[in-house]
Amino acid sequence: MACIETRGLRKTFGSQVALDGLDLEVEDGAIRGVIGPHGAGKSTALHAILGLLSHEGSVQVLGRDPWSERDLLMRDAAFIPDVAVLPRWMRVSWALDYAAGVNPRFDPARAKDLLATTHIGLSQEVRQLSKGMVAQLHLALVLATDARLVVLDEPTRGLDMLFVKRFYDSLLADYLDRSRTIVIATHEVENVQDILTHLLFIDRGRALLQGSLEELEERYCEVRVRPEALEAARALQPIHERRSLGGDIFLFEEVDRERLADLGDTRPPSVADLFMAVTSASSRPGRAGSS
Amino acid sequence: MRPTSETARNPAGLRAVPPATPPRGRPLYWSVRRELWENRAVYLAPTLVGAVVVIGCVIWAFVLPARLRAAGADPAQQEAILVGPYAGAPAAVMLTTFLVGFFYCIDALYRDRRDGTILFWKSQPVSDRTAVLAKAAIPLAVLPLIGFALGWVTQLAVLLLTTVSLVAGGFGAGLLWGSVPLLQQPLVMLYGMAVHALWFAPIYGWLLVVSAWARRAPLVWAVVPPLAAAAFEFVTSGTRHVGTSLRHRMTGAVPEAFTVVDDAPILRLAQLDPARFLASTDVWVGGLVAALFLLACVKLRQRAGPL
Repeated sequence: MACIETRGLRKTFGSQVALDGLDLEVEDGAIRGVIGPHGAGKSTALHAILGLLSHEGSVQVLGRDPWSERDLLMRDAAFIPDVAVLPRWMRVSWALDYAAGVNPRFDPARAKDLLATTHIGLSQEVRQLSKGMVAQLHLALVLATDARLVVLDEPTRGLDMLFVKRFYDSLLADYLDRSRTIVIATHEVENVQDILTHLLFIDRGRALLQGSLEELEERYCEVRVRPEALEAARALQPIHERRSLGGDIFLFEEVDRERLADLGDTRPPSVADLFMAVTSASSRPGRAGSS
Repeated sequence: MRPTSETARNPAGLRAVPPATPPRGRPLYWSVRRELWENRAVYLAPTLVGAVVVIGCVIWAFVLPARLRAAGADPAQQEAILVGPYAGAPAAVMLTTFLVGFFYCIDALYRDRRDGTILFWKSQPVSDRTAVLAKAAIPLAVLPLIGFALGWVTQLAVLLLTTVSLVAGGFGAGLLWGSVPLLQQPLVMLYGMAVHALWFAPIYGWLLVVSAWARRAPLVWAVVPPLAAAAFEFVTSGTRHVGTSLRHRMTGAVPEAFTVVDDAPILRLAQLDPARFLASTDVWVGGLVAALFLLACVKLRQRAGPL
């Protein structure tokens, strides 16, 4: 069953096209990374999915139309829109009271347990917390909600590495406990690549590539090509070439593994390298990114 | 560890989550509470004004005996000296609540768009209608109740201080207690707050609409166009219909809802005229306009995002 399904999702701001017919399907229980550069349309897509933005095309989330039923959808969906959208005047205890007041699926005891692992005090105001602590607080609010869908939009932008790591560790621990559907939009691929089950590469409002990580690992293969095999490797039409300290690294799409093994060491590409390859391939004239 | 697609395909995602519908009215209640957390001026400003009035009254209580002696034995003059602060003290508190209401409304649907927290509020299971209703409830229900309660408390404090001053000055409390309708006053104040809430409703509605719509400077957008319309009308046609109706909307509640003779203080139930007030077209047209404004606020709120 698809948790999120969009068909021909399109959004323009004046003459600027933010989403250009995005088709997206997120299956129940997946951790879907929405990866793209700044201005690719990630936030716009998430806002449309959560009923925060009017749009063209159809969107169904947890069986609802988000635009007309945002309040009902938000009982089952939790959202971290960005770092630092929590009201600065709010006390931590107020945030817990309010969340419990408006949402019966919010469990204040669990939120307190989660906060107990941080340095955040219940009587503190959000304005007194560091940026990293605000992100921790927001994550605690979200994880203490028994939501079927958790949507995170650049939740760790500009945070210290330590906070980022803790953030995703708590998210993953929670996921393994209760398995919900999680959608994370970010341009910081390195932070999320180890926790994703599914990917969507997005650029200029369009999906460049989407699928499960296993599917992508089957389809794409990276080879550190031996110097004498460079010509043979190019003949197989790699979608991307780069030089690193270890030698020339070629990325192939749907090429027989045994033939690739003859060229050098093969390995699955990292999400970041795959993203680089796919975006540069799609921006090369004459070769559109496939999906 | 990396979760696999197997975990993803695991039917855990399909687990039955019990439907969670909050008890009716609960989101509205918590939305009003959050408004009070954010806007402490709603209760602090009237409290502060009440406190200042009471402190002023303490000073006044010291000079009161001398004033009364200067007034001589004329009971009408003595009564005027005594009743003035008694009637005026709650009026200051209630007036403050109107001012707070105006400034609250002009910011209510603007501030969270400006500071980006609207994304947090809209990620909560609270409908746009509930959010707008909660904000409208502040000037239409919460502030009138605060104005009434604090106005009454202030008045009782003034009464107490005056009594102490009179007894200490050797006049006895009879003069004061005989001239103020102690039991009628709270009802008069409650009525006053209610009719003002109704009368000002279109103003509050207008301010809320502007605060939901303006991308910057909502106060300017709220104030300048009505004044410009009045000026335009006067310059082009020499008439003052717009200006007069604006002024009537600002100051008309007392003449519409009370029987006032010669600016005498309103103290007694006999001075209330609810039948005339409710029969006034201006009240109903104002109410309808306010309702339309609130409806517009809900529509604007649905489309609202961070600025």
